[in-house]
This record gives sequence, structure tokens and C-alpha cells, in this order.
Amino acid sequence: MSIKVNNLTKYYGNVLAVDDITFEVTKGEILGFLGPNGAGKSTTMKIITTYLPPTSGTIEVDGLDVEADSLAVRRKLGYLPELNPLYFDMYVEEYLDYVAALDGVPKTKIKKRREEMMKVCGLDSMRGKYIGELSKGYKQRVGLAQAMINDPEVLILDEPTSGLDPNQIIEIRNLIKKLGREKTVILSTHILSEVQATCNRVIIINKGKIVADGTPEELQKKSRGESLVTLEVKNNCDKNALSSSIRELRNVNKVEFVKDTGDSFIFNIYGEKGSDLREIISTKVNQQKALLLSMQAKHSSLEDIFRELTK
Amino acid sequence: MQNIKTIFLKELRSYFNSPIAYIVMIVYLIISGFLFVWIGFFQANVASLRDYFGNFFIQLVLFVIFIPAVTMRSFSEEKKQGTLELLLTKPITDLELIFGKYLSALALICITLSSTILYYIVIVFLGPIPFGPFFTSLIGFILMSAFFIGIGIFVSSLTENQIVAFIISVLIALFFFLIGKILMIFPPSIVSFFEYVTTDYHLNVISRGVIDSRVLLYYFSMIFLTLYLTKVSLESRKW
Repeated sequence: MSIKVNNLTKYYGNVLAVDDITFEVTKGEILGFLGPNGAGKSTTMKIITTYLPPTSGTIEVDGLDVEADSLAVRRKLGYLPELNPLYFDMYVEEYLDYVAALDGVPKTKIKKRREEMMKVCGLDSMRGKYIGELSKGYKQRVGLAQAMINDPEVLILDEPTSGLDPNQIIEIRNLIKKLGREKTVILSTHILSEVQATCNRVIIINKGKIVADGTPEELQKKSRGESLVTLEVKNNCDKNALSSSIRELRNVNKVEFVKDTGDSFIFNIYGEKGSDLREIISTKVNQQKALLLSMQAKHSSLEDIFRELTK
Repeated sequence: MQNIKTIFLKELRSYFNSPIAYIVMIVYLIISGFLFVWIGFFQANVASLRDYFGNFFIQLVLFVIFIPAVTMRSFSEEKKQGTLELLLTKPITDLELIFGKYLSALALICITLSSTILYYIVIVFLGPIPFGPFFTSLIGFILMSAFFIGIGIFVSSLTENQIVAFIISVLIALFFFLIGKILMIFPPSIVSFFEYVTTDYHLNVISRGVIDSRVLLYYFSMIFLTLYLTKVSLESRKW
């Protein structure tokens, strides 16, 4: 089970939304589609799910062309569209049964599948309620249950965790990770920590083009961010003397005084790429008779890479 | 077929989950009941349903106001809520979706019209009344409804605003409905054209108790046309 996207291009009228992208996703991969708003993430998903046709290029889902074998492709898919559309005037169970029937789940199995999904997505307590009455987080769960109800081999999730609280986000991420072992998952997001937490592969897309493709760790290594240490010392020392003495250390490029918290000073210390400054800084702090409260080395995050690639 | 049934039942249920179905049915019952008694007993003083079915006011209310009110949200609401994208990425064809929605609106109108059977039964007790004209008049009403529902569904697929869908459907329905009533203002050379295009002539033919094949051809081709246009409208997302 794989998705092959070949030279996909999509124009809306004269506006270029997706510009000649090619990638392949295989079973067991959870692909995070990352990009600023309007980068072409949702458009690509709409084309994979057969809602829109490509302007040029092809997409194959398990060897089936999305245009020629549209219905067969749709049978293999579970799709959570952007903004999670739902019928607010339906009951939760009624809606899931309706979607299951449309998805071709055999009549005798609909109830069983619905019950499973309600359990997996934590909807048990929402029995007998109108979807319109549910909170945003529960609506999102109904959307996810809808996408998974036909036990699809491919899951396409457009911003699956939007509107959820932190606990729900973690639950949903774990659920996606669990599903990802047996299925092919593509999820879009602009939350970077989500990609780090959930995906084993990232594609960063900007202005319709793929600008990076790899595991989160690979992308981190590639970035050329400088090293950064955040230092906190007790405020009973001379901050200017400390700052200038650290500035003289090897590999240190810049020392920035961030703030005086009332009982401590906080500095940001920027160093050469790849250097670990913590040891020499702590020695220097001791020499200056300052009291070290905390120190933290920050590696360049996916966030830095994202900003670097999409600015 | 299974998919059409699934959509049909869901749509029919959602009509009855909202006030629309009840408003249409109750108001139709009140108006038609009043007219039935007023026209049938006090004015004509004969046991007949001819004037009832031929009544301008009842036709206007049913075809020009109620039907657009029933169909206005059919596709426009799906577009507005984004659920259309959900439906169109399910393994169902566009035609199955259109038929499911179309047939559910038609079923609602048929349920509403079935109240006239009661009037027929009442009159039968009062005096002999031929079944033929009553039956064909009812068929005529259903065919008219089927055509106007097609218009409503098509218009609803063009916009995501229900109110816009309602107003445009009313205007189109008015055109087909009214032109036939004011044929005398047209020059004789084009009268026969307008006569065939608009609905009034066909409804009159069928009300006389004759199911004419030309009339059936007219209605079925109009229904086909509106459903085909709806399909084109759904596909326009791909242009």
C-alpha cells in the first residue's frame, strides 16, 4: 500500500497552488505535511482524495490512478477534510452509521465498527447527543472516527488536532502513531511539535514546492543554526562584567542580556555552529563568583528549519 | 441503489428533524383544506375536485413557494458546511448523491399531496365523482412537483447561500408557472412555443383525465435536464 505522487501540478485559474511535486509514501510511514498557510498542503490532499483533479501529473494509491479509478481509490481512503465538516443536526451514532454505510461497510458490521470507533476516539460519553451540541474537541473526535470507520488502508488527515486541548492532542497523536504502524498516514499541520511527536517523515512545502523531505532528525542535522545557551545566574553579581568576560570565550559570538527577573539575570549566549559552550560558561561563571541557577543548551529545532526554509 | 437509499433516508430524516417539513405540510393542509371547503361546497356547490386542483392560489403556493423552500438547502447547506467535500470523497457517484437528494424531496411533497386523497374520499360519500380525472390531476401535480424540485435542487447546487437559492428558484418557478397563465399577451406566432415550454398547458391537459405521451415527455425531459445540470454544477469544481 503506497501513495505515489508524480510531478503533481495544480492551478486554480491562473494561480499556481502546487508546483511539480513528487514524493512517495509507503505503509508504516506517518508523513507530516508541513508548511505555512496557503502552501498547497490542503490542495495536495484534496487531489489525493479525488475531490479535485490535478492540472498535470499523476497520483497512484496502491497502483490505482486517482482520476481513472476514482471510486476504487476512495474505498481505500479515510479522509478528514480541513475544518472538519459535520452535520450538526445529526446524532453522533446516526452520523457515524451514515458515513459507514456510504463508505460501503457491510450492513451487519456497521454497528460493530461504530462502537469500536466510539471507543477508540473516546466518544462513549457523547452517546445520544447532537453533534452540534459537542465541544470543538469532541467534534474533532467525531471527524476522526468518521475518517477511520471503514478501516482504511490510507488515512489523509488535514490538521487532525486543531481545536483540541493538550490532553486530547496527546491522545490523538498516540492514536495516529498506533494506526500508522499498519497504515499509510499523511497528516498536515502547521504545529511543528506535532510533527516531531507523531511523524517519522516530514515534507516541508512552501509556495507549492517541496523544500525539504526527510525524518525530523535528518532535517535537524541539515539546518545550519548556531548553538544557543540560555544562562540564568543569581542577580548578586555584576552583569556587565560577567557578560563581557563570557564574550571573550572561544566560540562565543554574542552575549545577549534577556531580562532581570527580580532575583536572577537571564542571558542568551550564541556560539559557533556545533559547539557546546556549557562547560566553559559554567567555569567562567564560577570564576566571576556568580551563582549559577540554570543553564540550557538549545539545539536548532524544526521550528528554525521551518522558518529558514519558508521565509 | 444501496447508496441512493442511504442518502434518501438520511435526507428524508433531516427534513423531519427540521421545522421545514412540518411547516410545509401543516400550512399546505390548512390552505388546501380551507380552499377545498370554500370552493368545493360554497362556491361550486358540486362534488368535484377539478376547481381545487385548478385553483391558481394553491398551485402558486405549492409550486412557487413550498417547493423552493424544501429544496433550498439541499446542496447549498452542504457547500456552506463543507460536507459536500466529505460526500464527494466517499465511494459514491455524483448521480447517486443527486438522486438520493432529489427523491427525498419528491417523497416529502408526495406525502404532503397525499392529503388530497382524503378530500376525494369525503366527496365520494357526498355523491358520485369520477376517479379518472382525480387520479390524473394528482399525477399532474406530482409531475409538476418533480419538475420544480429539479429546478430547486439545481439552483441549490449553484450557491452556498440558502436564501439566494430560494429566491432564484422562486423566480425560475414563477417564469414556468406564470407565463402559461398570461399567454394572451404574446403574439400568436410564439404562443404555441411558450405553451409547450411552460407548465400550465400540460397540467391542464393532464387534469382533464388524459395522460398524454407528449405531456409525459415534457415533464420527464425537464426533470432529466434539471438533474443533468445539477451534475454539471457539481463537476464544475473540477474546472
